[in-house]
Amino acid sequence: MTTPSTSVNVNGRAQQLKSAPASPLLYALRNELHLNGAKFGCGMGQCGACTVIVDGKAVYACLTPVAAMAGRQVRTIESLGSAQQPGPLQAAFIKHQAAQCGYCIAGMIMRAQALLEKIPHPDEAQIRAHMEANLCRCGTHMRIFAAIGEVARAGLPAAARGAA
Amino acid sequence: MTPHETGRRAFVRDGALLLAFSLLAPTARAAFNAMGLPQVVDATLPGSLKSTPWLDAWIRIAADGAITVCSGKVELGTGVRTAMIQIAAEQLEVAPGAITFIAGDTGVTPNEGYTAGSHTIADSGTALLHAAGQVAGLLKLGAATRWRIAPDAVTLRDGRALADGRSMHYGEAVASLGGAGLHRMAGHDAPAKAPAAYRLIGQPLARVDIPAKVTGGASYVQDMRPAGMVHARVLRPPRRGALLAATDTAAIARLPGVLKVVRDGNYLAVIADDEWRAIEAMRALAAVTRWQGGDVLPDPATLHQHLLALPRQDIPIRDSGTVQAASPRQLNARFTKPFILHGSIGPSCALGVLENGVLTVWTHTQGVFPLRQALAELVGMDPAQVRCIHTEGSGCYGQNGADDVAADAALLARALPGRPVRVQLMRDQENLWEPYGPAMVTEVTASVDAAGKIDSWEYGVFSGSHNERPGNAGKLVPAWLLAHPIAPSPSQPMAQPEGGGDRNGIPLYTLPNARVVNHFMPHYPLRTSAMRSLGAHLNVLSIEHTMDGLARLARIDPVQFRLNHLDDPRAAAVVRLAAARFGWPGQPKRRHHGAGFAFAQYKNLMGYVAIAVELAVQPDTGAVDILRVVAAADCGQIVNPDGVRNQLEGAIVQSASWTLYEQLQFDQGGVKSTDWTSYPILRFSSLPRRVEVHLIDQPGAPFLGVAEAAQGPMAGALANALFAATGTPQRELPLAGHKLRA
Repeated sequence: MTTPSTSVNVNGRAQQLKSAPASPLLYALRNELHLNGAKFGCGMGQCGACTVIVDGKAVYACLTPVAAMAGRQVRTIESLGSAQQPGPLQAAFIKHQAAQCGYCIAGMIMRAQALLEKIPHPDEAQIRAHMEANLCRCGTHMRIFAAIGEVARAGLPAAARGAA
Repeated sequence: MTPHETGRRAFVRDGALLLAFSLLAPTARAAFNAMGLPQVVDATLPGSLKSTPWLDAWIRIAADGAITVCSGKVELGTGVRTAMIQIAAEQLEVAPGAITFIAGDTGVTPNEGYTAGSHTIADSGTALLHAAGQVAGLLKLGAATRWRIAPDAVTLRDGRALADGRSMHYGEAVASLGGAGLHRMAGHDAPAKAPAAYRLIGQPLARVDIPAKVTGGASYVQDMRPAGMVHARVLRPPRRGALLAATDTAAIARLPGVLKVVRDGNYLAVIADDEWRAIEAMRALAAVTRWQGGDVLPDPATLHQHLLALPRQDIPIRDSGTVQAASPRQLNARFTKPFILHGSIGPSCALGVLENGVLTVWTHTQGVFPLRQALAELVGMDPAQVRCIHTEGSGCYGQNGADDVAADAALLARALPGRPVRVQLMRDQENLWEPYGPAMVTEVTASVDAAGKIDSWEYGVFSGSHNERPGNAGKLVPAWLLAHPIAPSPSQPMAQPEGGGDRNGIPLYTLPNARVVNHFMPHYPLRTSAMRSLGAHLNVLSIEHTMDGLARLARIDPVQFRLNHLDDPRAAAVVRLAAARFGWPGQPKRRHHGAGFAFAQYKNLMGYVAIAVELAVQPDTGAVDILRVVAAADCGQIVNPDGVRNQLEGAIVQSASWTLYEQLQFDQGGVKSTDWTSYPILRFSSLPRRVEVHLIDQPGAPFLGVAEAAQGPMAGALANALFAATGTPQRELPLAGHKLRA
């Protein structure tokens, strides 16, 4: 491709994204960096399946153009841990078996991560209000809520909080 | 190499002998029915062994002892992959991690038709329970033969046969069988393992797929990225029947990254080297394309009157005793349901490649074998040269766009041979073209006698088709659009006892005088097909709301009234358990606050579910606050209790969303629910405050399907609780909103 590259920090690593500046971040993450976590759900910022954290805030990767990411810190679920060494939210989702099809779950975890980095111990009402933006169709909400609540009570350890 | 040859070679490589289930394919091909099942070979065998009786079609043991287990039923997000591994590992006396599990691959696995209707554990789980149990017996026999001892003297543990200090691995035990190895027909003797000895069945084993799903692992067909992959997007007409009036494919072909613009009649698609470029090219194509005409839809304000006037087949499904025209304690009611969306969070996706004369499609279809047949017809290939491999997608809850987009992948792979073509629908395409859950009407006239018993029950259900699965290639949307279109084969009603629109149309309650008719409408204004529980959602709501009405006429508590009409002790047990754990009838009556109860046995032959709901209605807004849901379920022998709970919890929340909030928006020009603002579903703010699920295990009893079993009871419990809160019958879905304002 002939388009100029965009300097972005993704999951703690400097990247020169070659994706078109107008391309939503989602496609750059998935196709250029081969990060599977963020999912295409609606392309309109209505479902949250694509949620990632940019400079500490949960954003819709399906709407945010690559050009707007220059110089920013982007984090995807891949930054939180691995199947072998899951981070606190990932471990809580596994413990509560908080997934059915799982397509929405990476977006759910990233939105919850953004909340817990800002408010260490949110109450149930705060969690509900914050998670309102993300849709689940399988009806796994009760478990998602339980998993987030457990981490909210304990608080994220410093090592599990993003740099940004 | 054909897909079958690929499979065979793999088996030879694995040291297992050639399996012969594929030899059944020619006859199986002719025998697709509503579940897409192949012909029955031996009806006396358990589960899907009936149609695939060869043990090595299910269980393969390589020369080095490695175990591969196959199923024709696939993971749709319900956790069945884990449950089926548990069953096989239980019988084979190995750890779950010792099993390589393959599901839904036309080149490798048995054909079990569609993964649908809560059949997976009952059909495939039962087949695996027996096949693996019989393989365990053969492993003992092989070792015993080598050691010249009695098979009973051999024990199996962690992949080894053991006796008197000697041991051999399972591959050696199979080799010691000689001859056919595991390539034998299943016998009729049940496996001997006593349920009390189960160490895995009945345990809440963590799902094998969740770690990857919460850490960004490649879990879905959307995540596939083979070398040389290109991206496609389709351009669908704005409505069914619309014709392509003008377009400019040459202009689009010149756009950056575009490899091919495909036009075939009214079928349009672009293939590009990059996903975003494919989307931009698709949008540019839309801008230079004009459509004309198309089907005119009925006025949504009078939808159900319109449906009732459609041509129909009237199929009596129950006729016993004499129903009464009039009675002093009689109820008459009509219930309606709008069209609803499956609404998968991830729009459907597939990957196809045509290479060396073989078309391979990775797809999240519910039925790889019937889809293969339809794709072969669509592209004019021998089915033996088409291979469909199930790869997970977003949850589907029935027939969403999965099969259609697999057809797109097949057509586009043919257009660009040698390149893997990934195609994903956009949100509006998924919404506009998925086969909707059918709008429905039910009518009931019922009465109770002076003793409080139901003395007459007359019921009719009016619905379009709940099964437009492939089928012929014409069941796939892209086939309609081609220059030489393929029409769908005629819509057919689904037979009782499972039924389609009439699923759970016959109450389980004792009704001496009852008449139930399934009014099947083969020509509906919108394309419809299977959506989780089919007609059971509205039928159970209608029956259970009527049961409450009859209980009031009889002046009997609604739970007791149900018990008075239930002969099946397992049904009564779940009703009693849900009522007890809820503390029925709950707290004393308060304004705008109510409790409701409902029960059904799914299809009258699968899982039993009773649910009690407590809710409050905000009188100024009509908003519904679900305070508490208490469910009790009996699905026979439980394989994975946490899996069952997860499914029931999900069904409760999903059914609440359908029942309270969901309605497809359309006008005479077309469907308007193109996104999540025009099709709102339940979000966290409307979540029940508490959901409890209580399970009754039945060790040694047959597995009964459960994943769809709560849709109807939750709907009925909500309608009854809303009546309690508002004093108004709740008969028109969706139930929440302005009409609840007081």
